[in-house]
Amino acid sequence: MPSQAYHAPATVDEAVALLSGEPDARPLAGGTDLIVQMKSGRNAPDAIVDLKHIAALSGVHRNGDGFAIGAATACTALKNDAALAAAWPGVVEAANLIGSVQVRNRATMGGNLCNASPAADAVPALVAAGATCLIAGPAGEREVPVEQIPIGPGHTSLAPGEFVVEIRLPGQVAGGGDAYLRSIPRTEMDIAVVGAGVNLVLDGSGTCTAARVSIGAVAPTVLLVEDAAAALIGSKLDDAALDAMGKAVSAACNPIDDKRGTKKYRIAMVAVLARRTALIARERAGAAS
Amino acid sequence: MNAPESKRAFRYVGTRPVRPDGVEKVTGKAIYGPDYQAANMLHGAILRSPHAHARVRSIDTKKAEALTGVKAVVTGADFPTTEHIIMAVGESSSDLVHLSRNCMAQDKVLYDGHAVAAVAATSDEIAREALDLIEVDYEVLPHVLGIEEALADDAPVLHDDVFTKGVNPTPDKPSNAAMRVEMGKGDPEKAMADADVTVSGRYTCEAVHQGYIEPHACVSAWDSDGQVRIWASSQGHFAVRSLTAKILLISEADIRVTPLEIGGGFGGKTTIYLEPVATLLSKKSGRPVRLAMSRAEVFRASGPAPGAVIDITMGANKDGMITAVDMEFKYHAGAYPAITAHSGASSALSHYTIENSRVIGWEVLCNRPGTKAYRAPGAPQSIYAVECALDEIAEKLGMDKIEIRLKNAARPGDPNIMGIPQGEIGYVECLEAARDHPHWSAPLGPNQGRGIAGGAWGNYGGPSTAQVSIAEDGTVLVTTGSPDIGGSRAAMAMMAAETLQVPYEKVRVAIADTSSIGYSMVTGGSRTTFATGLAVTNASNEIIENLKGRAANIWEVNASEVAWGEEGAVCLAEGKTDETMSLAALAARTTFMVGAIGAESSVNPGGFLPGVGVHICDTEVDPETGHAKVVRYTAIQDVGQPIHPDYVEGQMQGGAVQGIGWALNEAYLYNDKGCLDNPGFLDYRMPVASDVPMIDTVMVEKFNPGHPYGIKGVGEVPIVPPLGAVACSVSEAAGVRMRDLPLTPDRVHEAMHPDD
Repeated sequence: MPSQAYHAPATVDEAVALLSGEPDARPLAGGTDLIVQMKSGRNAPDAIVDLKHIAALSGVHRNGDGFAIGAATACTALKNDAALAAAWPGVVEAANLIGSVQVRNRATMGGNLCNASPAADAVPALVAAGATCLIAGPAGEREVPVEQIPIGPGHTSLAPGEFVVEIRLPGQVAGGGDAYLRSIPRTEMDIAVVGAGVNLVLDGSGTCTAARVSIGAVAPTVLLVEDAAAALIGSKLDDAALDAMGKAVSAACNPIDDKRGTKKYRIAMVAVLARRTALIARERAGAAS
Repeated sequence: MNAPESKRAFRYVGTRPVRPDGVEKVTGKAIYGPDYQAANMLHGAILRSPHAHARVRSIDTKKAEALTGVKAVVTGADFPTTEHIIMAVGESSSDLVHLSRNCMAQDKVLYDGHAVAAVAATSDEIAREALDLIEVDYEVLPHVLGIEEALADDAPVLHDDVFTKGVNPTPDKPSNAAMRVEMGKGDPEKAMADADVTVSGRYTCEAVHQGYIEPHACVSAWDSDGQVRIWASSQGHFAVRSLTAKILLISEADIRVTPLEIGGGFGGKTTIYLEPVATLLSKKSGRPVRLAMSRAEVFRASGPAPGAVIDITMGANKDGMITAVDMEFKYHAGAYPAITAHSGASSALSHYTIENSRVIGWEVLCNRPGTKAYRAPGAPQSIYAVECALDEIAEKLGMDKIEIRLKNAARPGDPNIMGIPQGEIGYVECLEAARDHPHWSAPLGPNQGRGIAGGAWGNYGGPSTAQVSIAEDGTVLVTTGSPDIGGSRAAMAMMAAETLQVPYEKVRVAIADTSSIGYSMVTGGSRTTFATGLAVTNASNEIIENLKGRAANIWEVNASEVAWGEEGAVCLAEGKTDETMSLAALAARTTFMVGAIGAESSVNPGGFLPGVGVHICDTEVDPETGHAKVVRYTAIQDVGQPIHPDYVEGQMQGGAVQGIGWALNEAYLYNDKGCLDNPGFLDYRMPVASDVPMIDTVMVEKFNPGHPYGIKGVGEVPIVPPLGAVACSVSEAAGVRMRDLPLTPDRVHEAMHPDD
């Protein structure tokens, strides 16, 4: 880990200036990915801009009916916000599957998103929930859907000098429920082999009126699978609808064979996981309606 | 031996006092290998091969040497030429040339991570920067990783001077088949033909790392008079001394090795990797040099237990009597010849009495780190196949799986595979304890299966030295040459307290450096509590005799008229039977009256007995995902007389968990270039706490008559049964026989859904 400049700006504007000024500067939040990459020699930025000291990037706040999660907020803090955990249990659980307790006390939502790992646990849940990001940069602020941030393993759509300020979740609607499940060989301390996030809305009769289905670790980026959602919408999540959704996610994924799982296993598992996730989301939606 | 008749006669042995080294360890103050610092110390770093197999054409170190802060650079050229002599390494042995070349490649690199050069610099950062400046010109050679692939006719051959040992005549062509071993008795072919039922199968398991938390580390200081001081954590500092001395051609008396606390070894720290390198760097730089491996270096360059391919055929009569076993196994040796196949063969059937058997074992070289000892080296793999074959026979016969084992269990006096009668082995008692345990009869839930497997390990005695001395206030000092890896300080203190009849709290235990006490073999082979404990007991008894003599002089009676008890010396002479003299009172006369009270004992005891165990494992398989979860686990073991039962149970639980990891998830993953793809705990998946249930333990206490405190080694047996117990359990839960470990979710899923 070679020596480099370290900056700890106190405001978003200062951070933008620092990140724009150094061609090879990297934003640092929890450091649970970046520091590990630097220690292993995979990443050697000239400068580090630590975002943790910017007040706007810390904590969970109400945002209209919804929530704004500061990009440098540790995963544990999500669990400690009762309103957020009640509205978006899938998102909160996903963030609290990452690493260990010690890791989650440091790891952040913005980091999990911008590390751009296809296996990031929080991302499929955020995508299913319809989350957006507020981005700051030299050209000012912009807001984009979460799924548009990662564009490939380790790569994001952020322009030079840009960083994520906060992640915005809408309010959960009546009859809405979300869930996230992942498959790992062990019970914890592992990276998802397959992940699935489902967010759906049921009407009074138990019919699904809206759905978002997202899958992780089965393609270069987390995918939002429209066909899978379409298979659920209009159904009561009967076996036929769940099977159709399973087929849709298996068809959508484009996995690789790697040390964490085979392509064949991932394609089979994504359907199993999505189905189980949908059933948890239905239970939560039913309870919320 | 004056073995007490009943274990209830013991005051301290068998109790659970606080360990003497506990506080400094739980408060983080104990000095482990990587913690040690010497004044004026330099920081070393090692350049490692990025290739699985390559010839080193040249190494240019000029740029590294020119970097400010670099004080020394060492390559294979700095190592003296050694002879091909066989050196004892823990319970195993190795060719000295191979040991030396494993520390630093001297012509070829044989695995990803093989050391090729080392640097000592004023900081760790400079040392690492210097590594990048060393230019190594490699001629990359084809590599081979798998056992069967390495035996193929067209396989790249690792060593041009290794000819298969154990075949007659010795081949004239070098080969990756480093060794063949065969054991057996009776006429297995005829017995197999006559058997009522037979089963055959090929079982495989992967190489697995010991996974000790503390990486290898040492500091070495070469003084200007040619004397060397080394501070290192190891399972045996005398082994560090002798191996370093032989590799560097230094006399053993010129090397003083001070043991540091050891953070796990499990057999993997009975050898050396860093000490000769650090010593040469110190010689060149004139300053002490530290070398410490990173976790990735530990995985890439230190020795795991071998993976194995095992073919077994087993025959039995209708009553479940095993009449014949014919098995051939091939173990990964890694980059250098190992001898694990020996213990694999001698252990395979050691807990059963079988009339007709043939066991053939092979050691196969491949481009992976050389395998080293790991808890009962060689036994888990071969016994895995034996226990699964027994399971299959029982299934074929519709027989209870404990009943079939009881029928064939080795009993005291039965001849083993080499014709030697079994000692006081408690396998039958373990099987009976398993049968009577509520776990065995508990109902199973949906998608659950139950497996049972036995296992054995021969254990060992070996040389140990201990000193016991009495301080002037009557407190007791015990000094040994055995690193404390599993609570042996507590065990030594308890045996001294028991023998001397003094309170446990009055005894302190130190582990001396190699210049301060006589030779002691490594802490390994489950030998330390047994053998070093005997030396402590002998020395304590000698002190009692000395003290009785002192009291006799004071009382002016014969020493034979003095007894020793809790109150100290007790006079038995007529008219003086009220006289007693406490240890403290006798010790108080040390300084000016009659001199020091101390004794040393060096032992090399026989009398050790094998350990045996039986494990019961329940797993639940998720039929949709293939995940197998251990939901209940019971480890039963003949432990002889437990000295400190907490540490005995801890060994049983730890071994079981390591075996569960071996069975379910652990494996080295290599890419197509032969480089290790998972050199870290993230993707080398040892069990985490939530992966295993509380491991229930049952200690079967069958006293060893060959030891004053009835000790049997307990540390290694518990890793032997889990492979079979888990595999049989998952096979039952999944409804399909699983023969290839590890039983990862994708593998189990594939087996359950073959048509998908």
